[in-house]
Amino acid sequence: MQVGLRGSLAKSAGRLASWASKKSGRGSGGVIGGRVALALDPNVLEKLSRDKRIVIVTGTNGKSTTTSMVREALKVADGVASNVLGDNMTGGVIAALIEQPDARYAALEVDELYVPEVARAVKPAGFVLLNLSRDQLDRVGTTSNVEARIREAVEENPQAFVVANCDDPLIASAAWDAPNVIWVAAGVTRSKDCVTFPRTDTPVVREGDDWYVPDSEYSRPTPQWWFEDEAIIAEGESHPLALALPGRANRANATQAVAAANELGVDIDAAIAQIEKITQVSGRYGRKNLNGRFARTILAKNPAGWQESLMMVRSSGEDESAIILAVNGRVGDGEDLSWLWDIDFTPINGRAITVSGERRADLAVRLEYAGIEFELVEKTEDALRGAPEGPVDVVANYTAAHDFNNWVAREFGEAK
Amino acid sequence: MSDALKIGIILPETMGAYGDRGNAVVLEQRLVRRGFAAEIVTVNVDDDLPSGLDFYLLGGSEDPAQTIAVEELRRFALQDAVNKGAVVLAVCAGFQVLGEWYEDPYGKRMDGLGLIDAKTRLSKDRFVGELVVDPSIEGVSQVLTGFENHRGVTQIGEDVKPLGKVLHGFGNAADEDEGFVDGAAVGNMFATYMHGPMLARNPEFADHLIRLATGVDELAPLEEGTISALRDERLTASGITQK
Repeated sequence: MQVGLRGSLAKSAGRLASWASKKSGRGSGGVIGGRVALALDPNVLEKLSRDKRIVIVTGTNGKSTTTSMVREALKVADGVASNVLGDNMTGGVIAALIEQPDARYAALEVDELYVPEVARAVKPAGFVLLNLSRDQLDRVGTTSNVEARIREAVEENPQAFVVANCDDPLIASAAWDAPNVIWVAAGVTRSKDCVTFPRTDTPVVREGDDWYVPDSEYSRPTPQWWFEDEAIIAEGESHPLALALPGRANRANATQAVAAANELGVDIDAAIAQIEKITQVSGRYGRKNLNGRFARTILAKNPAGWQESLMMVRSSGEDESAIILAVNGRVGDGEDLSWLWDIDFTPINGRAITVSGERRADLAVRLEYAGIEFELVEKTEDALRGAPEGPVDVVANYTAAHDFNNWVAREFGEAK
Repeated sequence: MSDALKIGIILPETMGAYGDRGNAVVLEQRLVRRGFAAEIVTVNVDDDLPSGLDFYLLGGSEDPAQTIAVEELRRFALQDAVNKGAVVLAVCAGFQVLGEWYEDPYGKRMDGLGLIDAKTRLSKDRFVGELVVDPSIEGVSQVLTGFENHRGVTQIGEDVKPLGKVLHGFGNAADEDEGFVDGAAVGNMFATYMHGPMLARNPEFADHLIRLATGVDELAPLEEGTISALRDERLTASGITQK
């Protein structure tokens, strides 16, 4: 693998930082290592990905699951690097590639907004475009804004195949001009979301499963792949499918994942067999069962990170999670919490919110002025104990997340 | 909406480094919760100038942006607005640009707006940390608490009243006979080195600004929630035991 001296130094330093971070108990390793590597060599991502065949998975819902599926399917062929722990911005992508330097393949979950940047560096072999819904989109303004980013990445990477959901007009618009599109009928859950077609700025008309844009060339592309209750239909041939994971959405994800793996030369039935083995998506942002609270910790250190986390918490999952917001103000966090005022907390208004951490009073006053109701609890672990059973999202800044994760490790061991 | 009190966030792109929007939110909420109509108006570079703002909020700044801000600010007849009763709250870099002059990061002396007799040199060191000030404003008795992060050493003129006396931190950081002072209070213009959302920690001062802008002396009390706990915590962290 040709990385060059600087890239190689960055890689070693990145791995060392990951290791030191894990050993010292300061962090989960990934993002820190990625950041260190990036700081040492701005081109590290490009260098790390040079000899790899990379699939970028993006969209509003199903990114983690589909990325796990692509990873498992590609294992039929060779080693696969992957960021399945939800670090889906540039730092996490770099960390994933550093962890598995010799893997021939990589399955990368990439945040919608980071797709152009990451794609420019890694020159992907393919994209998997799942779906776009407004939930996730209002952090950047309009639906067409995110579509434009993804379209930009598609246009800049003509070498890449595109596995695209033809049922979602926004995805279809983004993928429309790609030289090699594999259209998959993956369905959409909320068809009200897309009302105007980005390429024409005119309304989309839906008729049953079909859609078209009047007075234009645009209509639902004919799918080459689709799925039934117990099969994937690929190019007219039926392949039995019996997933351990439940639900229509997972069959849709599996169909797109198998299509991508097949495009990279993996046999369809072999890919399906791999995906059927998945019993839980460990990368579901690391949710752990803590006495009936399915908790995940989302590290967010700055307004942008918090904003993204709040959007993620709002729109992920079938059941509404209870939310714990934890802030400290130690040196590692920054002692100045003024940035809390740069976050729009309204996306989580009305949810069950508990505020904890050493600087909880700062956040409490912030939420009071936003008219958002919450409970105030000193320690994050007590906030968790007081949460209702079911999914719990803990959004925390640096040392607050660290303290909480340490407590989880002490109380529950490393159990998933 | 024309009757609503207008809270202007001035040039947030160039002067809005640290949660400065918070001061606008605090004023708006304290007005709205008492039944006043109020709206936040954001004024960006090259925007048409809204007339008749009731509050002008000038925030912090990354140094190079400060110069852009000064040029833009000349378009605002701030002094006229103040003469008509508008209230100005200028924070950190916002304070510096209201003065006679300030030094840019290269040590070059730049003209300020000259609305306050204040001159700002840049120190080699940064002044970072909690800032606690005993206010010298009539009608405000609670100590003011905030966070400062700047290199400015600001000398205010002999006739200029500071916002208050520094109990903890640096404030204007200029040598004075009896220790440091912070900011300036000139008519309805208030300046301070407590950056970002300083009004969130100082409801009495926020209400003082509201009284000045509305002319209403008797303000209904508000439920203050966690604010006093926040004040206690921050003052204790600064080793301050009073109020």
